[in-house]
Amino acid sequence: MRTTFIDTLTEMAAADPRVTLVTGDLGFGVVQKFAERFPNQFVNAGVAEQNMTGLATGMALSGRIVFTYSIANFPTLRPLEQIRNDAAYHNANVVVVAVGGGMSYGAFGMTHHATEDIAILRSLPNMKVVAPGDPAETSAATKKVGSGIGPTYLRLGRAGEPMVHTGPIDWQLGKALTTRDGNDATIIATGAMLATAASAADQLTETHGLKVRVLSMHTIKPLDSDAVVKAAEETGTIVTLEEHSILGGLGGAVAEVLCEACVPGVKFQRIGLPSEYITEVGNQDYLREFHGLDVETVAAKLAALLQQQPSTKRLAA
Amino acid sequence: MKTNEELTELARRIRVHAVKMANRAGSCHVGSSFSMAEILSVLYGRIMNVRPEDPEADDRDRFVLSKGHACGALYSVLAECGFFPMEWLESFFQNGGRLPGHATAKGIPGIEVSTGSLGHGLPIATGMALAARRDKDPYRVYCVLSDGECDEGSNWEAAMFAPHHQLDNLIAIIDYNKIQSLGHVDDVLPLEPFTDKWVAFGWHVVEVDGHSIDELTSALQAIPQITGKPTCVIAHTVKGKGVDFMEDQLLWHYRTPRGEEYTAALAQLGEVA
Repeated sequence: MRTTFIDTLTEMAAADPRVTLVTGDLGFGVVQKFAERFPNQFVNAGVAEQNMTGLATGMALSGRIVFTYSIANFPTLRPLEQIRNDAAYHNANVVVVAVGGGMSYGAFGMTHHATEDIAILRSLPNMKVVAPGDPAETSAATKKVGSGIGPTYLRLGRAGEPMVHTGPIDWQLGKALTTRDGNDATIIATGAMLATAASAADQLTETHGLKVRVLSMHTIKPLDSDAVVKAAEETGTIVTLEEHSILGGLGGAVAEVLCEACVPGVKFQRIGLPSEYITEVGNQDYLREFHGLDVETVAAKLAALLQQQPSTKRLAA
Repeated sequence: MKTNEELTELARRIRVHAVKMANRAGSCHVGSSFSMAEILSVLYGRIMNVRPEDPEADDRDRFVLSKGHACGALYSVLAECGFFPMEWLESFFQNGGRLPGHATAKGIPGIEVSTGSLGHGLPIATGMALAARRDKDPYRVYCVLSDGECDEGSNWEAAMFAPHHQLDNLIAIIDYNKIQSLGHVDDVLPLEPFTDKWVAFGWHVVEVDGHSIDELTSALQAIPQITGKPTCVIAHTVKGKGVDFMEDQLLWHYRTPRGEEYTAALAQLGEVA
């Protein structure tokens, strides 16, 4: 995704001199060509994310469209107050880009796991939250958020995410994309979990004969509540899938919509990470499997949910 | 060009408004507003290229009040210069009013940036100065910081960045009144050797008496004094300057002027309550 992102940004920078990239001294092998080609539109702020975000806001208030760029939590949680008070409050054209959403930097350890970012950024007024599902979505999303739509959080995977969409897509901010249709159940995925959702749906077709709808909820804020309610009404069962804490992210956002929509008899489950710091050591695939975010476990959880009778079981938040 | 007498009078009026606003509002930070009255008077009355009739002109100089809690002084100088009606000052801190207790840019002509949490202004001002440099815009960016907020690491991130990018269109002015929230700066977290710190970071530093119109003028009217270097004006000031019982008193970071204190403060400022 980061390669797609920088390629897209390069096209945009060539067409629009306002488009500016500010990195917090990260992006080795990714940003150099951009820096060489567009020296007037590139800044390395150094390992100083507070200043990076403040100065991005200052540049945006002076007419630029500024992308801040770093990995995991460095561009989000470290300068969170600069994002809140400076970029978001002023409705400035600052796009905060985090490469390595979820556990992309798996074995690097918990400091490099971005697993609460969606919940936190989603709570900020004016802030849009976008987590594209594959490289095609990354390209479309980058173009949109770089067109001057105000403060946005763009959460990317790292590298090597597979293409899920097989044909052209009509990517619109705040509109879910349907990658598989079906009426037996719905998996709503965000970010790089889209591929897992699609494979789990395929597997359930093979093993259970189920037609599972898969929605790429690439925009978590503003959420496509119409697509959520439609899925509830038409399929009756929804699971959300995210490489993020089950608190406050995609699952939380969908739960809010579902609860207030009062669609009768809907079964719903959030699949994500527990609210615990990850102490296991391993790469992204290993950690996903360990925490039940692999294709088999997701398919099994959805199959079990479909069998489950309404119960009084309660999960602690 | 305003005379020194006119700028002195503007500073006096800033203080009068600030104390009246605090009294009406039951608010505080009078001492913090008083210490930078001459700084604002010189900037708005003599130095900056700003026009109240066109507050968003492309070529305007930018002003960022990083010590947003002293907004009483900023609102006052803007009203005095005609950026918005004087009556707006009466809505400071009031339910349904326009002017909150920390500087806001929302709907207030002349205010570029909303501030209030310390350590935000200089990075934003640095971004504005960088954009101006990159876009070959002629404007300068002035940022007033408190001494206490120099505890914030974000300022030093910006302080390191600006000289590297040779932002000689950036001017940081420190209102060095020597008192911060819980005590004297020297007791809480000493900044000295303060000048040496800024010099070491690559800034051109000028120390002035922050209540001297002449010294502020000479420091600010020939920017940049050194090509390629941002300027830091360390303005030695007195918290609560202008009212003897407020001067150099931590209490007047917080206290609302009321009753006899209010009357006495106005009298010392040449006003009748």
